[in-house]
Amino acid sequence: MSEEKKIYDKGKVLTGLILFVVILAFPFLYNSGKAAPAPDRILTEKAKAAKECIEPKAFMKSEHMQILNDWRGSVVRDGKRIYVSSSDKEFDMSLSNTCLDCHSNKADFCDKCHNYASVNPYCWDCHIDKPKENK
Amino acid sequence: MNVKYMFSLIAVIVLFLLAYVGVEAAGLQILFGIVIPYVALLVFVIGFINRVIGWARSPVPFRIPSTCGQQKSLPWIKSEELDNPHTTMGVIARMFLEIVFFRSLFRNTKATLSDGPKISFNLEKWLWLGALAFHWSFLTVIVRHLRFFAEPVPFWVQLLEKVDGFFQIGVPGIFISGIVLLAAVFYLFLRRVIIPQVNYISLSQDFFPLFLIFGIAFSGILMRHFAKVDVTGAKELAMGLVSFHPIIPPGIGVIFYVHIFFVSVLLAYFPFSKLMHLGGIFMSPTRNLPGNTRAVRHINPWNYPVHTHTYEEYEEEFRGKMIEAGLPVEKE
Repeated sequence: MSEEKKIYDKGKVLTGLILFVVILAFPFLYNSGKAAPAPDRILTEKAKAAKECIEPKAFMKSEHMQILNDWRGSVVRDGKRIYVSSSDKEFDMSLSNTCLDCHSNKADFCDKCHNYASVNPYCWDCHIDKPKENK
Repeated sequence: MNVKYMFSLIAVIVLFLLAYVGVEAAGLQILFGIVIPYVALLVFVIGFINRVIGWARSPVPFRIPSTCGQQKSLPWIKSEELDNPHTTMGVIARMFLEIVFFRSLFRNTKATLSDGPKISFNLEKWLWLGALAFHWSFLTVIVRHLRFFAEPVPFWVQLLEKVDGFFQIGVPGIFISGIVLLAAVFYLFLRRVIIPQVNYISLSQDFFPLFLIFGIAFSGILMRHFAKVDVTGAKELAMGLVSFHPIIPPGIGVIFYVHIFFVSVLLAYFPFSKLMHLGGIFMSPTRNLPGNTRAVRHINPWNYPVHTHTYEEYEEEFRGKMIEAGLPVEKE
């Protein structure tokens, strides 16, 4: 039966479906085929010379925020400022004086990935204008 | 023990193991990270359109809007504009409120039989609340995920993140939507198990999406707060997918692949399941037709020319015989 093949309210249904596809295609259209590889972080000379951060690189990559959060609790609540790393080295628990000492290039190091992944940590609410920080 | 939900639970566990073993032991990152997501998206889009076109081809025999109030009739009888709209604008308003606030779920009642016997209908708002919490938090979670699929990240996604992460608990901060989604899914599952009548009508295809979405939310929260994965790597993979330059960055944790596999399964399963109510709500004649039966004649679209034989024609044919038999006729 040819009558069964008829699409009722064709205009409305097709408009709705086109809208559906356009909404779904938003990420494809927005980026329009441009690849967006992860940004390269730039290490300062000091960081390069130190070779390794307080913990191995892969661990730092995924856990640095956790470490900083633990440090904050430890320093602010317990007054304990010494961090002993997995390789038995001691570090002062301080974002401004330990982390940013080597990684003094926030814009080229921290912000690169944070912006890429749309992460806006409130660390920088206070720690951004420390004297150690230079661009 | 209920066979229906055990079946679905085992299905989701098997899916988890598939992705886990496939990536961790067999190293099938390309399959789980690129091939399956693309195939799932294609199945979702084509299947969805196919279902909707199928519905659009089904004729609606009568005007069958659900009438929850007085229909427009005489000017001095007050009609219910929202619950029984007779204009297109009214229908749009009703559809909007239905889709955004689930008004028909709000009408949900619970019938109880007490001594007498006496039946009473009580308001039952938990399903409505649970459904609202579930759908809105799920939408928030989906929109938030655009941060992985757009570079630069649009400001409205960042704004939503800010609102969602309002409590700033922990680093990375918890998102309210993630917790609400998990809790709402769990509630929707519990009500299917605990309420006997609902349990009776629940089938494995009711439980499967709940378990799957629970798995998606759970693996997502796990990745963010507990078994952390490389976020920049995850975005690189996602951006590769949407820019048609797919890549597998090394060293993203295996939970990421489990997560993306669960989402792919949900997408591919979508057009063949009850989840199609996403499209169906727009297509349901009880919601999208104006209640104007008093004003507009609705002709059944499958009416075909019926062979009729009116009385005039009948009398024309048998007049002679009728007069012979002494039957009264209208025309001599």
